[in-house]
Amino acid sequence: MPFDVQSIDWLAIGPVVAVAVAALVVLLADLFLEGARKAVLPWLTLAGLGAALVLLLPLHADDLDARGTFCSPSGCSYVVTDLTLVLQLVLLASAFVVVLLSMPMLSVPKTRPTEDGDEGEVPGGEYQFLLLSSVTGAVALAGARDLLTLVIALETLSLPAFALVGLRRDGPGGEAALKFFLLSVAATAVMLFGVSLVYGSTGSVHLARIASDLEHLDPRLTTVAATGAVLTMVGFAFKVAAVPFHFWVPDTYRGAPIPVAAYLSVVSKTAGFAGLLLVAGIAFRPYAHIWGPALAVLAAVTMTAGNVAALRQTDAVRLLAWSSIAQSGYVLVPFGTAAGHGEDLADTLPAAIAYLAVYAVMNLGAFAVVTLVARERGGLVSDHRALFRSRPVGAVAMAFFLLCLAGVPPGLAGLFAKVTVFQAVIDSGTGWLAVVMAVNVVIGLYYYLAWTAQLFAPAAPGLPSPSGGAAGSDGASDSGVHGVGGGGVGGGVAIGGGVRTPAPLVAALVLTGALLVLLSVAPQVVLHVLTVPGLLG
Amino acid sequence: MSVVLILVVAAPLLGAAMLLLPGIADRAARLVGVGASAATLIGAVVLACGFDRGRGMQFETDVSWAPSLGLRFHLGIDGISLPLLLLSALLTLLVAVHSLWNIPPGGDSRAFVALFLLLETGTLGTFAALDLILFFLFFEVVLVPMYFLINRWGSPGERGPASYKFILYTLLGSAVMLLGFLLIQAETGTFDMVELADRHGAGMSHGVQVLAFLAIGLGLAVKVPMWPLHTWLPDAHTAAPTAGSVLLAGVLLKMGTYGLIRIAVPMLPEGAETFAPYLAAFGVVGIVYGSLVCLALLRDPDGDLKRIIAYSSVGHMGFALLGIATLTPQGINGALFVNIGHGLITGLLFFLAGAVKDRHDTALLGRLGGGMYGRTPRLGALVAFGAVAGLGLPGLAGFWGELLAMYGAYEPAAGLSTAGYRTFLALAGLGTVLTAAYMLGLVRRLCMGPAGEAPTGRPEVDVTGREVVVWTPLVALTLLAGLWPATVLAITDPAVRALMGGS
Repeated sequence: MPFDVQSIDWLAIGPVVAVAVAALVVLLADLFLEGARKAVLPWLTLAGLGAALVLLLPLHADDLDARGTFCSPSGCSYVVTDLTLVLQLVLLASAFVVVLLSMPMLSVPKTRPTEDGDEGEVPGGEYQFLLLSSVTGAVALAGARDLLTLVIALETLSLPAFALVGLRRDGPGGEAALKFFLLSVAATAVMLFGVSLVYGSTGSVHLARIASDLEHLDPRLTTVAATGAVLTMVGFAFKVAAVPFHFWVPDTYRGAPIPVAAYLSVVSKTAGFAGLLLVAGIAFRPYAHIWGPALAVLAAVTMTAGNVAALRQTDAVRLLAWSSIAQSGYVLVPFGTAAGHGEDLADTLPAAIAYLAVYAVMNLGAFAVVTLVARERGGLVSDHRALFRSRPVGAVAMAFFLLCLAGVPPGLAGLFAKVTVFQAVIDSGTGWLAVVMAVNVVIGLYYYLAWTAQLFAPAAPGLPSPSGGAAGSDGASDSGVHGVGGGGVGGGVAIGGGVRTPAPLVAALVLTGALLVLLSVAPQVVLHVLTVPGLLG
Repeated sequence: MSVVLILVVAAPLLGAAMLLLPGIADRAARLVGVGASAATLIGAVVLACGFDRGRGMQFETDVSWAPSLGLRFHLGIDGISLPLLLLSALLTLLVAVHSLWNIPPGGDSRAFVALFLLLETGTLGTFAALDLILFFLFFEVVLVPMYFLINRWGSPGERGPASYKFILYTLLGSAVMLLGFLLIQAETGTFDMVELADRHGAGMSHGVQVLAFLAIGLGLAVKVPMWPLHTWLPDAHTAAPTAGSVLLAGVLLKMGTYGLIRIAVPMLPEGAETFAPYLAAFGVVGIVYGSLVCLALLRDPDGDLKRIIAYSSVGHMGFALLGIATLTPQGINGALFVNIGHGLITGLLFFLAGAVKDRHDTALLGRLGGGMYGRTPRLGALVAFGAVAGLGLPGLAGFWGELLAMYGAYEPAAGLSTAGYRTFLALAGLGTVLTAAYMLGLVRRLCMGPAGEAPTGRPEVDVTGREVVVWTPLVALTLLAGLWPATVLAITDPAVRALMGGS
């Protein structure tokens, strides 16, 4: 044959292609659709994500252990395993909920945009195109099995995210985007340097090949390779907001539109952990004794810093930002115990996946309520005061999400997730990390509980009726920054005290709430990943 | 019959879920509370009637819940858990009846009822759980409801810090306890409490047993509460509403000693042997310290009646700890008896304290003045009854537990220092004298003296019919358990001996 035509397994990359195609369709449709017809765009986005989710089914059903594509003699660049599918399921479903959350804030131009009237709003078409592009990167990352594909997928994930953060073009948004961008670029540079060192010492970019090469490495190169491994992981540590790579998180979340903050804290973070899982669990497995203890320290510092800082927050999104840093610490714990498990990381790393899956649901649920409250009252934690009076369902749901994040009953899903992580630590014998985590769970309970108590507290005297919307001057000025513009897409539903709630928000709440109840009653649904044989393949 | 046990645990939960339905009025909510807790008590009584003293674990359910975690939904009761189950169900019903008329201002009474029902599920589940993770889960269920009961309906000014102190302290304890459970599972591969108790620590090295006992013991000691980890208790009791105090003292505290008896001592015998002298020592310090604090509070015009009862709880739980630490069947039977007696007596005392506080708008001794015998003779007589029961007068429920615990300390299990334990015994004896001193002092302060004017200026009501309904069962059972201790011991003793390996 004159040239080798690479055969592509289209089914394997189906989910990635579906999201990418949806991104292009949305971009084109945004160009050609006029005015109010643009209301159809979010449904296209949802359909694209739904199609990608459906495409996971045949992959799950087939008998092959792994479907590789883009293969070369040294390995395949894209492989669908159970791990890939679990991660893609979490990523796509989370992105679906994020789209639901953003629908009310997307502007539908009714008339010509005016100079100042349009400022706070987010252009719908661009927003969804960027979101889908970013999701494409995230979904591709879950299947990537060589370092270059990983880096490219990570950048595909990140570049649209910078624009998403700054999309509102107001002061805090621009600042948030710039901070995010600069720090992210620095992290990527460090990571690329690490990748080059790994490639230089092993001569390979495929993860499985790197692992076998590292075991038979020329002893003179081990220092170089180990340095490369650690630097590569730094790039992912930035994505998952591990301390000390977390400085961008609170400001970026706070400056971005709330659904984008939700996106960063769930989808982007899950993708970061997916990358970390792949490089740590496959490529750098022989070096678990080096990165294991380092990540254990990182986990301890991350959860402590996140929880302690969260204690002092008064702004809902900032609090969730710090709490998500703390939660990252819990997810890092199974990585930190890797050294204690020797070669068999399958005992410990799946605990991180289980925790991530539960975290995605509970955090998105919390963001859904915060989005709802920010629309009506404001973005401070104190704006949630007496939510039970005006919106009993929303308040009960929020209490459930927060107690899940804290990990105490009735939030059983979160409790099970934490027990899973604790189990991984105890099995490895890393006792000190278990104690640090136990103390952190207690610190975390304080602020989650304080917030929960606010929901049911009687309305503060001297403030106007909470359902009125104006909750003091602080709340009002705050909602100027956070408030998501009116005139959104989709209809409205009245729950509780007759306040109209956009239907997509209701749908997001119902989805996350129902899923979390399911996970509380039948935790095996997600804990199943702990016992899937050969998950790390 | 095993369905009945599940129903008993689930009935309060169903009641709480019913209260979530919209459109339930205030009155109906309180009736739902009474109905759910009455159904629970009836179920518990049915279990007691069907209970066979000769057999071990009964009414068992064992189904897999989360296989990947090793978690099983495994319930069952034996002679150790049955009395506590009955006590919890009874006290919750009394609280529910009490709440028909007395819910302090603070919020929706629907929420109040739902919370104490949720609390009941947690406690009953804890006493019935036979899987370590399930035990932990039920153990945690009580945290959030009790937090809200104190935080929302507690006495203003104290409730905020007290509620946080309660939940953070006990959560830290139970998190550490969970680590111990996971350590046991990592070594033995099972969470099954029956199997682990049967193994008596086989499969775990001495070091592991010591470490696991330390973690589990610490976690449970916070809940007991053991001196010096007791500091959350007086604040929580002082701030809590009457219903909360009754449940806290009567039910929640039992979970700590129950855990020690059910889990720590039988499953980790070597760890228990290592730490038993410390447990005993801390227990005895608790007895003496609790009574000394009570004596001091009695002389202090700002001494709070509820705080005195709370510190007396620390002392009583010291006796339970001493009994457990002897590692003998006598001592452990004594600890269980202390639990029952303390639940009845302290439950009654907190109801009385609540009644006094409602009548005078204060529970500070300096403001209450004396002369209760003159103004409200029946209430005064009941306070005196509760106080003498609390000091362990023979013929009342408080006596037998302390006696058995001290009897066990006279002859502790082989391997424990007899001389040391007899020293503890002497100190505990001193503690009983001090307890008598402050309890009688309390009666003198509150009940005797010139009748005088009522401190509030209002005419005072003596015991009302409603209060009679709530308090009579507690008074009757205090007498019954005191005069006829075999009612309790006949149930607990075979189970304790089985648990201790037939010694």
